[in-house]
Amino acid sequence: MRILRRACFGALTLILGASTTLAADIAPGDVVFTDGAVTASLTGVQGDAANGRKVFMNRKLGNCLACHANSDMNDQSFHGEVGPVLDGVASRWSEVELRGILVNSKMMFEGTIMPAFYRDAGFTRNLKSFEGKTIMSAQQIEDVLAYLLTLNEE
Amino acid sequence: MRTLLAISLSALVGSLAWAGEDSSLVIDGEEIKIRATAPAHADALDEVYSGWVFRTDETQALQMDDFENPAFVFVDQAIDMFSKVDGTEGKSCASCHDDVAEFAGLRPTMPRVVDGEVVTMEDMVNGCRTKRMGAEPWKWSSASMTAMTALIGLQSRGTEINVKIDGDAAAQWEAGKELYYTRVGQLDMSCANCHEDNYGNMIRADHLSQGQINGFPTYRLKNTKLNSVHGRFKGCMENIRATPFKEGGEEFKALELYLASRGNGLSVETPSVRN
Repeated sequence: MRILRRACFGALTLILGASTTLAADIAPGDVVFTDGAVTASLTGVQGDAANGRKVFMNRKLGNCLACHANSDMNDQSFHGEVGPVLDGVASRWSEVELRGILVNSKMMFEGTIMPAFYRDAGFTRNLKSFEGKTIMSAQQIEDVLAYLLTLNEE
Repeated sequence: MRTLLAISLSALVGSLAWAGEDSSLVIDGEEIKIRATAPAHADALDEVYSGWVFRTDETQALQMDDFENPAFVFVDQAIDMFSKVDGTEGKSCASCHDDVAEFAGLRPTMPRVVDGEVVTMEDMVNGCRTKRMGAEPWKWSSASMTAMTALIGLQSRGTEINVKIDGDAAAQWEAGKELYYTRVGQLDMSCANCHEDNYGNMIRADHLSQGQINGFPTYRLKNTKLNSVHGRFKGCMENIRATPFKEGGEEFKALELYLASRGNGLSVETPSVRN
């Protein structure tokens, strides 16, 4: 069932574009934060850590590596130095905190440079092609979250 | 040895260290100031650094010898254009300006504010072309324009940037500062997020500089041509998924004024080489 759902999601992604919100997902404007954390899954579908790892690395998707070094990806050259190193991140933050940071880190860290990866409105001079869109889809957020939760070693 | 030193230094001082931080830029026996005490109005910075400081040894070397510097292909073209007649008045630049060397000292004061409007080097060139020569204005970031602004800027190479920000310039300077700190685009970042708060840090393969413009127009290895200041602004805005302002428009001109002033104390480096 899970595989089937993922396969359907993949097909839809192709049709709609990665950043389009699916009907079943919590819409970006409806995400509820508690002290910067987000308790509810955005999709209700368990994140896929293997896909999350790809999204983390991919320059067109998460591109998390642009700012955060991560020893789990030592085969990749050029790790960023702008944000904290993510080794052991799962031992420092809980799942719900990490979800909140991915969705919109400004709810946790005021004034941070980190983009909100699941926000689709309220930008200034957004490029037309990104208007009404989020940087990552709800499922990609859940997938990256599942991957981050594997990073237990300092 | 240099690499070893860089590594040991970065171990000592962490993210404040970068390649070539101990190097100096000397061209034709002339020392170019690539570090300076930050001007008082750049209050978040202690020191200002040319973008040259942040580049690799190989890229730095290209700028240390004018025969190696690819920008000089375009400077040579501009020398030819300088005496080429264009327009309805039968004039060339040289009809009024005997020698391009008479522009020595101009570049460090640009842009200026005249009658409340920011005037850039491009505006001056096009002013001459349209009003005196009866020629078509050049496009802001065209090959002809960047070559000519490079040639004019070169006449002041080594001279300290000293852009005026008070008096008539104050309002435009404030407008530029406002833009510098305004977050834009889907990535929701301001100039300051990267170039004030994170210079010296790597953003994936890119080494973040302070975004100084004392070396513009700059030859970029990435696109193998001279790049205007506004062209670079446009690229930066697109990178953070923002709709760029218009090249030559009042927003970019105000931002240019503000950014130029943050480099007061550095030398003019035109034409610089960057990646």
